[in-house]
Amino acid sequence: MIKYNLSHLEELESESIFVIREVCSQFQNPALLFSGGKDSIVMFHLARKAFFPAPPPFPLLHIDTGHNFIETLEYRDRIVQNTGVRLVIGSVQESIDKGRVTEEKGYNASRNMLQTVTLLDTIEKYKFDAAMGGARRDEEKARAKERFFSHRDEFGQWDPKNQRPELWNLFNGRKNIGEHFRVFPLSNWTEMDIWQYILIEDIEMPCLYFSHMRDCFTRDGVIYAKSEYIPMKTNEIIENMRVRFRTIGDMTCTGAVLSDANSVEDIILEVSATRVTERGTRADDKRSDTAMEDRKKEGYF
Amino acid sequence: MKNKESNKYLDMELLRFTTAGSVDDGKSTLIGRLLYDSKSIFEDQYEAIKRVSEKAGDEQVNLALLTDGLRAEREQGITIDVAYRYFATPRRKFIIADTPGHIQYTRNMVTGASTANLAIILVDARNGVVEQTCRHSFIASLLNIPHLVICVNKMDLVNYDENVFEDIKKSFKNFAAKLEIQDINFIPISAKFGDNVVEKSKNMDWYQGSTLLYLLETIHIGSDFNLIDCRFPVQNVIRPQSDKYHDYRGFAGRIAGGIFKPGDKVMALPSGFSSKIKSIDTFDGPVKEAFPPMSVTITLEDQIDISRGDMLVRENNVPTVSHDIDLMICWMNEKKLNLNGKYAIKHTTKEARCIIKDIKYKVDINTLHRIVDYKEIGLNDIARIIIRTTQPLFFDKYKINRTTGSVILIDEATNETLGAGMIIR
Repeated sequence: MIKYNLSHLEELESESIFVIREVCSQFQNPALLFSGGKDSIVMFHLARKAFFPAPPPFPLLHIDTGHNFIETLEYRDRIVQNTGVRLVIGSVQESIDKGRVTEEKGYNASRNMLQTVTLLDTIEKYKFDAAMGGARRDEEKARAKERFFSHRDEFGQWDPKNQRPELWNLFNGRKNIGEHFRVFPLSNWTEMDIWQYILIEDIEMPCLYFSHMRDCFTRDGVIYAKSEYIPMKTNEIIENMRVRFRTIGDMTCTGAVLSDANSVEDIILEVSATRVTERGTRADDKRSDTAMEDRKKEGYF
Repeated sequence: MKNKESNKYLDMELLRFTTAGSVDDGKSTLIGRLLYDSKSIFEDQYEAIKRVSEKAGDEQVNLALLTDGLRAEREQGITIDVAYRYFATPRRKFIIADTPGHIQYTRNMVTGASTANLAIILVDARNGVVEQTCRHSFIASLLNIPHLVICVNKMDLVNYDENVFEDIKKSFKNFAAKLEIQDINFIPISAKFGDNVVEKSKNMDWYQGSTLLYLLETIHIGSDFNLIDCRFPVQNVIRPQSDKYHDYRGFAGRIAGGIFKPGDKVMALPSGFSSKIKSIDTFDGPVKEAFPPMSVTITLEDQIDISRGDMLVRENNVPTVSHDIDLMICWMNEKKLNLNGKYAIKHTTKEARCIIKDIKYKVDINTLHRIVDYKEIGLNDIARIIIRTTQPLFFDKYKINRTTGSVILIDEATNETLGAGMIIR
């Protein structure tokens, strides 16, 4: 007898494809936020599946802090070349040059907060009415209450206490002029699901996720890659370490983990044994207990 | 998917469940226990809530803090919204829709229940079946959740007494006879000490059944979808217009019911035109059959006009096609339901407008009595209403198909989702 039920990954895949297709039907001009991290890579893979044999009918939108790992940019450009997808870039440097934002100063300066302004400006400039993001509800407690279709007012703000109820698979993307939506097709995926899916789908990943030797230094318990964007304190020493990255953001706020994991299988084993959340390596979340919620309200990813 | 045969990760199933209980039933403790004992809480999360618990002067680590994420919730010590939690065992991956137990209860539980395969209802062993229990069970039955688990909690406070458990079981069964629930299970537990949650209790030898986690891991969910009545709401039309796929015209969507195969004769609604399925395509190649909840793209032998909101069905098994719909509605907004009011309505992939023709009765969700003389329908109320839509909808009874039997009503001015409807006929 044939079993008529899907595995958990097949069901998640099907749900995400449904959501991505809804976005294209309910909005005029959507974009897919692409950071070069694993979640946005999986989301783009699902978008290709959703419209096959046609290409996804929307561009990738990369908010470029100017503080990228070079490996991330190489990966991004390779994806663009291989699939022919259109790429739109919002540049934080440009926002700084135009005086829209002011660069943070000091040792822990990061462009992470500045991205929000660039993102909202870019959404306005290209008149995107929906931006799909790879955020997952298991990542962070403020995200656990996020909807698949998340309404943003004309200032790009999120109002967590006044979210639309979301029932069954009936997504309400109606909005007034000037408002937009953030849509999170991977809401129900966990870090483990993402890696298992990458394994069975055989999706190529940026090399940063795998173990490699790198010059690093440690600050407040976080291992940072040596880079021209992070000024070092006099007592900090560069060490050559065997590391990999669990998440990939810009260089100033992405911490590495010591790891020998060399393949997706190794990473799955590492993730199942690990006792710290992936955002535990993110300096941007350590600023306060509700750092994510505060940034999200303003219009962060 | 690739590597399909060879991969162990494809043997796991997904179970979505919701938890219901009032403020002091120990619901958050139970969820915390499930996450903690199944090793799904990370050290940094645990350390963080331990710090907060100590600061608040709590003796034990307050596992409830794991589920309260928003600033206002932490400040006020309440849960505002449905929170989704995830954990996995080697057998299954679980999605918990954790709903707050106080005000706004109905709205949130209905939301959480709408996608759930299973509902856990907590009963305090000292209090037995109370008004809240009835309300939660009614919502579970209204939303047609296939499986119900009654966890009789705080057994430690009644000396793990079998008679207490049996009495509660009996009185719940008496009450549940009025509801339509397919599968009810009872488990005596102590969430605080972990009895029968993940580990079998050493204090209740008289209980021969499985632990809660074992039940969640093994309960049969394969037949929770309707595999009989073929329903395929069309989401998008895929036209690559490339050289390779010059004449390709595929209908993308998620199977809402039944099993579709190439060669099947199908009919398109509302046009009534028939054709045969030429292929069922996916990125990974064509498939021999498609069933719920698969997302696929269907191509037909003939060129017939089909667009978003249309539905492919079998000629000899069609849904009801009508403008006039009789449904139960759960109201989710402070703005009251307006008799003769006009709203936008969403049903499968179709959007239309509707007018409220009649409010037949309101349900007292504590007693299940029908209130016919007072028909003001406000936030958290449940009522039976009649609507008329601008275009005919193609629908089934909610009890038969949760996808083709559900609608939401939307405010045309503010675009807010106002109500959730379950179609009766």
